[in-house]
Amino acid sequence: MTLMLSAVAAFLLMTLLVALVRIWRGPAPADRMLASQLFGTTGVALLLVLAYAGPVPALMDVALTLAVLSVLAIVAFVTRVVRIDQPEAPEREGEQRGAE
Amino acid sequence: MIEHLVQAVQILLLILGCLFFAVGTLGLFRFQDTLTRIHALTKVDNLGLGFIVLALLPLAPSLPAGLKTLLIWAVALAASATAAHLIARAVHIRPESASVEEHPDD
Repeated sequence: MTLMLSAVAAFLLMTLLVALVRIWRGPAPADRMLASQLFGTTGVALLLVLAYAGPVPALMDVALTLAVLSVLAIVAFVTRVVRIDQPEAPEREGEQRGAE
Repeated sequence: MIEHLVQAVQILLLILGCLFFAVGTLGLFRFQDTLTRIHALTKVDNLGLGFIVLALLPLAPSLPAGLKTLLIWAVALAASATAAHLIARAVHIRPESASVEEHPDD
């Protein structure tokens, strides 16, 4: 069973490599953030599989933290880069924000 | 006998989970449009994660460890749904931040 779990972990790493190509090619910032979301989901699965394959129970805590932090990365993207919290279009990526 | 059956089901679930992850990554790679990519990621990948969690549950050393694995799955589902809605809203409000395909019927 450990061999099977290791094979699954290797396969998940390969899918992450394919997602890296999407980050490289883009084309839009939202596409790159979607690839980071894929890293969140696949990373959680990878860490869980490794936690049971070891067994290394501490990796389950890492998986939980990664699941929470991946959504925070998306929140930072939509509020700091895309700025969905402002009704009008920003000047350029929040560089001139003096007059609030 | 029953252990072999459980192991066979586990291997089947692991293969199914890997298959769904492969399909989700393929969707991210092949689809043309940010919204369709959200669709591929948040549905298919979380299903794959669910299959892998189900396959891992019989290996859990104790009941709390198994419950924690299920909790991680629930947190990942909530995080993925939140992220998908936020990115979809960003695409809706600022179409220039995403790759939006031209629809002929709009």
